Amino acid sequence: MSFSIKKQGEICVVDVEGQLIVGNRQELKQKVLDELEKGEKKFLIDFSQTGYIDSSGLGVLVSLSKKIREQGGELRLANLNDDLKTLFELTKLDTLFQIADTRERALESF
Amino acid sequence: MTPAGETGPRRHDDHERVAFERLIPSDIREIEPIVEQVTRECRGLALSARQCALNVPVALTEALSNAILRGNRGVREKHVRVRAVVSDHALVLEVADEGTGFDLDACTIDPTSPGNLEREDGRGLFLMRSLMDRVERYADDAHNVVRLTLNRS
Repeated sequence: MSFSIKKQGEICVVDVEGQLIVGNRQELKQKVLDELEKGEKKFLIDFSQTGYIDSSGLGVLVSLSKKIREQGGELRLANLNDDLKTLFELTKLDTLFQIADTRERALESF
Repeated sequence: MTPAGETGPRRHDDHERVAFERLIPSDIREIEPIVEQVTRECRGLALSARQCALNVPVALTEALSNAILRGNRGVREKHVRVRAVVSDHALVLEVADEGTGFDLDACTIDPTSPGNLEREDGRGLFLMRSLMDRVERYADDAHNVVRLTLNRS
């Protein structure tokens, strides 16, 4: 499991490789908060290489969404597979986040 | 008498076997490899791809996380026992910690209600209940046991 952040234009693109769970959620949170502190405003988290997400991982996404919004920024999610979509629908978090089917569509939506 | 929402140790039927059993220290780094091993075992059973990729790993991660962080309060020297039992009808996962347990019926937070949607916590038990066919807890000697049952499709 690992997280990588790349700049694509003015957008910070975060790839989540493996699981986003209680054991690594703080790492993701800190990496995004560090970028936010540097002044970055637009974030895209791509889940194309993600296995599963637990309640702690969902909680971190909710927390980051609030913090980014408070700083006047925007967060998009992309590439949720069918299982992850089900998870977001079960928790109704699909109503809280802007979710795009592909990375390209997410990038265009800013 | 068993308190409401609780149950007791289950009786074994003739066609079930223990597919997996491990004792792990209370360390959240132990969760992912254990979940991976249990999920691998599940792939050989008549479970759907979704059950193997979503229901089992997420619900088991929640139960292990609760056992390590709440039940055993992260004290590494305390142990968590994980057991997977397979029968003709179901996969039963049991996660036992050394804590005093909790009342399942008292945990009624609905994380999907508008007022709770932006909460960072409170989705663990909800996910277990949503992804499993049955969630129970019981006390077994000095252990608090959470039992997750997933019917085989």
